[in-house]
Amino acid sequence: MFEEIKTSNDGELVINVGPQHPATHGVLHLLITLNGETITKLEPNLGYIHRSIEKMCESLSYRQFIYSTSRMDYLSSHMNNHACAMIVEKGLQVEIPERAEVIRVLISELTRLASHQLWWGAMAMDLGALSPFFYSFREREVITDIMEETCGARLTMNYIVPGGLMADIHPNFVKRVKDFIIQFNSKIDEYDQLVTGNIIFQNRMKNVGYLSPEDAISYGTTGPVARGSGVSCDIRKLYPYSAYNKVKFEEILETGGDSFARYLVRIKEMKQSISIIEQLIDNIPEGDFQAKTKAVLKLPKGEFYQRVETARGELGVYLVSEGGTTPYRIKFRSPGFSNLSALNHMVKGHKIGDLVAIMGTLDLVIPDIDR
Amino acid sequence: MGNEELIVKLQELFPAASIIQGNDWPEISFESGADFLSTIDVLKSDQTLAFDYLFCETCVDWKTHFTMVYHLDSTRFRHNIVLKYKLDRETPEIDSLSFVYRTSEQHEREIFDLFGIIFKGHPNLKRILLTEDWVGYPLRKDYDDPINMIKL
Amino acid sequence: MDVIITEPSTPFPGSVHEVPGGGIVLSTLDDVINWARSNSLWPLVFGTSCCAIEMMSAASAKYDFSRFGFEVARATPRQADVIIIAGTIVNKMAPVLKRLFDQMPDPKYVIAMGACATSGGPFFYNTYSVVKGADHVIPVDVYVAGCPPRPEALLHALITLQEKIKSGLTRDQIRAQFQEDGK
Ligand code: SF4
Repeated sequence: MFEEIKTSNDGELVINVGPQHPATHGVLHLLITLNGETITKLEPNLGYIHRSIEKMCESLSYRQFIYSTSRMDYLSSHMNNHACAMIVEKGLQVEIPERAEVIRVLISELTRLASHQLWWGAMAMDLGALSPFFYSFREREVITDIMEETCGARLTMNYIVPGGLMADIHPNFVKRVKDFIIQFNSKIDEYDQLVTGNIIFQNRMKNVGYLSPEDAISYGTTGPVARGSGVSCDIRKLYPYSAYNKVKFEEILETGGDSFARYLVRIKEMKQSISIIEQLIDNIPEGDFQAKTKAVLKLPKGEFYQRVETARGELGVYLVSEGGTTPYRIKFRSPGFSNLSALNHMVKGHKIGDLVAIMGTLDLVIPDIDR
Repeated sequence: MGNEELIVKLQELFPAASIIQGNDWPEISFESGADFLSTIDVLKSDQTLAFDYLFCETCVDWKTHFTMVYHLDSTRFRHNIVLKYKLDRETPEIDSLSFVYRTSEQHEREIFDLFGIIFKGHPNLKRILLTEDWVGYPLRKDYDDPINMIKL
Repeated sequence: MDVIITEPSTPFPGSVHEVPGGGIVLSTLDDVINWARSNSLWPLVFGTSCCAIEMMSAASAKYDFSRFGFEVARATPRQADVIIIAGTIVNKMAPVLKRLFDQMPDPKYVIAMGACATSGGPFFYNTYSVVKGADHVIPVDVYVAGCPPRPEALLHALITLQEKIKSGLTRDQIRAQFQEDGK
């Protein structure tokens, strides 16, 4: 099953990292070829959590298949649901009430915050700092509580459905989000003080895992990984969907291309998310939260594609319909899968200790890679 | 370029291909046997097209044949096209793009794993998601697995 | 204000006999060992998918399972007592899980967290790669329902496991006891 640890004549050593390893954040298996302590080649071996979601979706109706997508990238489950809901709406050509659109964006940005918080804690933990993990979970719990009140679930929400939302927001939602924003604004600075300026942290992050803009494009990386290399790829900005064209925000670009740049992108993105939430939270339009749709949805024959910016990058859903009640073929272009393909390129020539730091800044979610 | 301009331009470049306007983007389809690598080369290196970013690569099993579907984006001009290439079912073979777009190395391994398409020139074509000894290609429409698959 | 001291749900096993100058505790060695064992269970850091996030929540500040003696999460199976299967187990992972379980020193315990580990959950039908329940691979002591279960549910499962260990009974004995109680 695993390649045995072996040495070749020229002193190269192959070791396994994973599938059960705390720094891989799940069940990723990496075959690493080492020369001394230097990585010469890295080959990911995936599939330890390949749950055949694409096959399963072929036999689920257009209302049902959404739930399986919140289990794909569970840290951005709203964005996954959003992409799927939008693709069904695109096929049916239904107009979504304004209120639903705004709430969708609000709740997606909250999810992005929660996801980045978790990334921040987990990445710092990879580098050996345990307290950031507890700091980040402290704030994350507030978001999950808000979500729970409105969506009824803490993690796998399935709140965004074709036609709008599953239910209206909870009466407390607006107030609690506002409270959270005030509280969290000061916490971001705390994050900065605790980690960003730390000299050990900087030494481990700067000039490590360099990815040039050309490679970032060629490897198909998206999200904070590509933006850390200065490639503009924010779907919210380039191909605005939902209510994103109504809000003002910046696409964060860093030109460093190293781990530290990717770190900065995510930290700054949190501030942008807060600003989006601040712009929308007082302006949720009145009205319905759902458009009228039939109980059984039938998409016309054809092919549809929808791109969405999740916390990890671009999620694409490609749906082929034969006119029935279930998709003929569905493909999820997950951000993690492409981002991972750049890992081999990024770690080459680095010491094995840096692998963890580089992988931490890729923010991999393994079920998202394997689907 | 807008979609209409793109279609005109593509028709000029590839008179043999069929080009239609899809739901979002122009769709250009080739029959099996067309020279695929040179097509990609033109699409990538043409100064007014510059499709340098392959954001989705997948395959669809149409029971009688396979269709490879490539979604291309240009980071310079921000226009997209969908590229389709028909493969026949008995010998599904296509040139690998792994040296043109590095991302496709992994995508092609996944497609090989789940559909059994052979990518000519791929540096490391083996199963990526399933175990090496897996029999069959699960995303094909005729795949059946009475042991693992419980049908509703 | 009266302070009400509640009995700990599972006090130290044994009876105290008052004698001049103090007391003597009478107990069986088995009981004492089980008592000690149950209060210091080290979980293995093992999570395959979504449920792992809820396990992390249970470990972090708000829910904090270290209050019940679970704080020392170990990254290697050789130092762990209990494995919390948080997430789906697929065919490729199953041999790895078995191997992890085999590497753990006895006595070892297993908690199946979430619908996936219990039965395949949302991935039961029409999937070709999911193991329909982790108990096809390794024996499970406690099952937790939910997708994902709340951290409280995981805490409850952990406490249930402690009780099981303290009772020192096997699964069949516990079942028989339940049936007797039912009558
Ligand atoms: S039970 Fe639900 S939340 Fe848990 S791993 Fe399975 S799908 Fe994910």
